[in-house]
Amino acid sequence: MRNDRKRPLWLSVSALYVTALLATVFAFIIFCAVEGLFMSGPTLFTSTWAPEEQRFGILPMIAATAALSLSALALGWIVALGCLCHIHGFGGKISASLLSSLLRIMTATPTVVYGFASVFLLVPLIRGALGGSGFSWLTATLALALLITPTMVLAMEGAVTQVAEGSRLTAASLGFSRSEHFVFVVLPASGRWLRAAALLGFGRAAGDTMIPTMLAGNAVQYPLSPLDAIRTLTAHIGLVLSSDVGGTAYYSLFVAGGLLLALSVGANLLFRSVRRRGKL
Amino acid sequence: MRRRLIFFRFLAYFGALFVAVASGALYFFIISRGLPVLGGRLFFGDTPPLAAILGLRPVWDGIWPAFAGTFCLVLLTMLLAALPGIGCGIYLARFAEGRVRERLSFAVDLLAGVPSIVMGLFGFVLILLLRHTIAPQATTSISLAAFCLALLVMPALVVTTRSSLESLPPMLELTGASLGFSENQILRRLLLPAAARGILGGVILSMGRAAEDTAVIMLTGVVVNSGLPAGLAAKFEALPFLIYYTAAQYADESELLRGFGASLVLLLLSAFLTGGAWLCQRGMERRWKGIR
Repeated sequence: MRNDRKRPLWLSVSALYVTALLATVFAFIIFCAVEGLFMSGPTLFTSTWAPEEQRFGILPMIAATAALSLSALALGWIVALGCLCHIHGFGGKISASLLSSLLRIMTATPTVVYGFASVFLLVPLIRGALGGSGFSWLTATLALALLITPTMVLAMEGAVTQVAEGSRLTAASLGFSRSEHFVFVVLPASGRWLRAAALLGFGRAAGDTMIPTMLAGNAVQYPLSPLDAIRTLTAHIGLVLSSDVGGTAYYSLFVAGGLLLALSVGANLLFRSVRRRGKL
Repeated sequence: MRRRLIFFRFLAYFGALFVAVASGALYFFIISRGLPVLGGRLFFGDTPPLAAILGLRPVWDGIWPAFAGTFCLVLLTMLLAALPGIGCGIYLARFAEGRVRERLSFAVDLLAGVPSIVMGLFGFVLILLLRHTIAPQATTSISLAAFCLALLVMPALVVTTRSSLESLPPMLELTGASLGFSENQILRRLLLPAAARGILGGVILSMGRAAEDTAVIMLTGVVVNSGLPAGLAAKFEALPFLIYYTAAQYADESELLRGFGASLVLLLLSAFLTGGAWLCQRGMERRWKGIR
């Protein structure tokens, strides 16, 4: 029956246009990444970045992206889970609603403002307390964790609210308090969704550019201690392109872009499969 | 049992405290440093405001060029993104079916997750390609930046448009059909007006996203000092980049204070746009679902 509908032309055209654009972006990035893999030579997967000597190793950046996004995710996920507990189980009514409006405001805060405030607030704090320059893996982790927390809380909240509403009466009739209900019924039932939220947070953390560029110090080295300055793939792309190194160095950037794209697509696919299996 | 409760209670206070203290300190810091400089001087420096707004006299020590640059950028982005984004959303909600619907929404989902720096890289490569083929003079510019930002916000537009159409109660469509409306009349006269607020909310939200993004414009033509944007192929200034640049290379106290002022302005702009979007969407929810 639906096939008989006369579709307005502009709708079909715009759907086609959007599809074509998306396909172009993907094809472009993938093509460039493959070309980069072949053109940048054997130095690509080594540890030295010295474009003037034709050495384009990006392994330290890959390690930094992995280290930073995982550490930020670990901290951010725990904080997000804590916020969720506060909102749904343990906090008072007023503090819970205050916290959830704060989280909403935080999603509206520009990333660059987080970065700016952290440069003048968090960096001196770290420098004073732990020494070093203050621009480090640890600093970026703290700021990034704060950045991805609201995304994850909002993602968890949708599922948790649904589960909680479905089981509230039963739990209340069994004599559970609100917090007991939350800890022993709701959380175990929505474990899949908590993991899915972590995937969202990971995608956000790995793809963020401004926090690592402004706070992580941008030295090309492996992240060995929390006070090391590191440079992530995203920061690497931004820094190299805006400083006009030029020439063959670009090919390694294409590979970096391809890797980032693969990461985000991978996280997205996992998220979808988790969501499909756990349909409420 | 008991121990687990205590653990989660501890976790709840830790999470709430971390968020409250960290973001509270951040907002307090930005507001307390930015508020005193907020005013005409922050925007226009020593140039007379009217002359600056009309572009008659250049502004050297104010954030007006960056503010105007961001404004133009957002406007241009929405010109490029709004129609296809909304159109694609309507198509997905009303006309696509089966395989097509599944695949198209999958593609949109994938694109929504692409990091913004990758979109910037795409724009950069596009210009390289143009330079080697048809247009040797092509450089990064405000129209390229707007195009890449449009790509970045389009998925969000598609998703919000689709979900506001799908959240309408089915009785609306049934009533229309029973009154003898054609499919297109139902869409144009009933569904679109009913979902308009939700769609508008999506548009405003994307404007906020376009205004705050730094990574894309960093690779596609933003500069520190260009004055007001001079045309579609000109370089431009933008607030987020000004803030980033100030954090990295400020020379003296007054530049730093200007950075705080710019941060506060961007923060307010973002909050304003997000708040507007929220009001629109809540208004629609209330109307069609009843007050919760």
